[in-house]
Amino acid sequence: MKVEEIVRGVLRGEKRAIARAISIIEDGLPEAKAILSALEPHTGRAYVIGITGATGAGKSTLIHKLIQAYRRKGLKVGVVAVDPTSPFTGGAFLGDRVRMQDLALDEGVFIRSMATRGSLGGISDATGGAVKVLDAAGFDIILVETVGAGQLDIAVAGIAHTVVLVLAPGLGDDIQAIKAGIMEIADIFVVNMADRPNADRMVVDLMSVLEVSPFNPSDWRPPIVKTVALTGEGIEELVEQIEKHRAYLAKRGMRPSEKKVRTLLLEALRRAVVSDILPMITKSAKFDAAVQMVVKGQVSIDAGAELLLSSIKQALREME
Amino acid sequence: MARALRDAGMEVIYTGLRQTPEQIVETAVQEDVDVIGLSILSGAHMTWVPRVIELMKEKGIFGEVLLLVGGIIPEDDAKALKEMGVDEIFGPGTPTDEIIKYIRDNVRRG
Repeated sequence: MKVEEIVRGVLRGEKRAIARAISIIEDGLPEAKAILSALEPHTGRAYVIGITGATGAGKSTLIHKLIQAYRRKGLKVGVVAVDPTSPFTGGAFLGDRVRMQDLALDEGVFIRSMATRGSLGGISDATGGAVKVLDAAGFDIILVETVGAGQLDIAVAGIAHTVVLVLAPGLGDDIQAIKAGIMEIADIFVVNMADRPNADRMVVDLMSVLEVSPFNPSDWRPPIVKTVALTGEGIEELVEQIEKHRAYLAKRGMRPSEKKVRTLLLEALRRAVVSDILPMITKSAKFDAAVQMVVKGQVSIDAGAELLLSSIKQALREME
Repeated sequence: MARALRDAGMEVIYTGLRQTPEQIVETAVQEDVDVIGLSILSGAHMTWVPRVIELMKEKGIFGEVLLLVGGIIPEDDAKALKEMGVDEIFGPGTPTDEIIKYIRDNVRRG
């Protein structure tokens, strides 16, 4: 298929063209740029919802129910499910399709799986590209599902308007254990499997954590929604809360909160330091010299690290 | 099998058991796959596979996506299925390496 053909197909909502466009972007083929810029003017209509949380929290079932709820409202729903690529083999198991198969034949639903393929931020540019394609293709709601793997979850806030963090009692994911950064980017907390014995305990714990985190009066206060995805309990309330958050964002011109941007920027910075700055240090002669000093017992490891960082810190101080 | 393919560096979408041909082909379209692998143990391959091929043609992915069948398929049926457009048939106990090599050698686009 040629670029013009694909673009035309996407704008008409043709599934094969949509699928091709996403693959081209995912594979980083040369046509990707042309396709994205041709689609750009047709984007910006869709509402993007990130759904994140640990494996086993019931995300797939919840998404299944959400799709059905939006379909009942007559909205078209696109889903992008991101799964981690195995760092050892480069392979991946994609999309927990098992529970979504009854939606495969629904004309108003498009479900696409993607692997992270070694992208440091987990959610890659490709995910954002896939969202743009679905947006241009006329999907009203786009759900982006990510597996709870740290950075992956945080990056979803960069493309989603509303981020829903799905938790479930008895998974070992204590509130304490939720990775720093994820609490900050979640707009709505879902305690799924709320019929389990420890669910209320989890809600209380969550409330106490949220209570102590600093808020401005004008800030969005993330609500906690209890659901039993299997039976559909709480789904309507979740949809309502998403609508409320959407209205909140609309009132502020769809601008993301400062807290969210701060977290995203920090995460991007962390990645950049690891991928760009760190190699500059470790490949330098100074690094080898520091290794030797530690080997000889002249300095401790921490002092050696401090030695290597001192000139960078000095440069940063001069910048200010 | 799915695990072996994943460990060979492939991205595997496992749809689960008892899918209809319609569901399988629609998933293949949306996921823009390179290969469809059908595991048929029910003996109904002469009903299911032609339907999958028909749908693949309808959706315009026939000839572009590799179509593989696994299961106990009698020789005559295997011949007939290949004539209809199945690319390869793998009997029970085929070493996974053989299947992986076949996919690598025959997949139609990078």
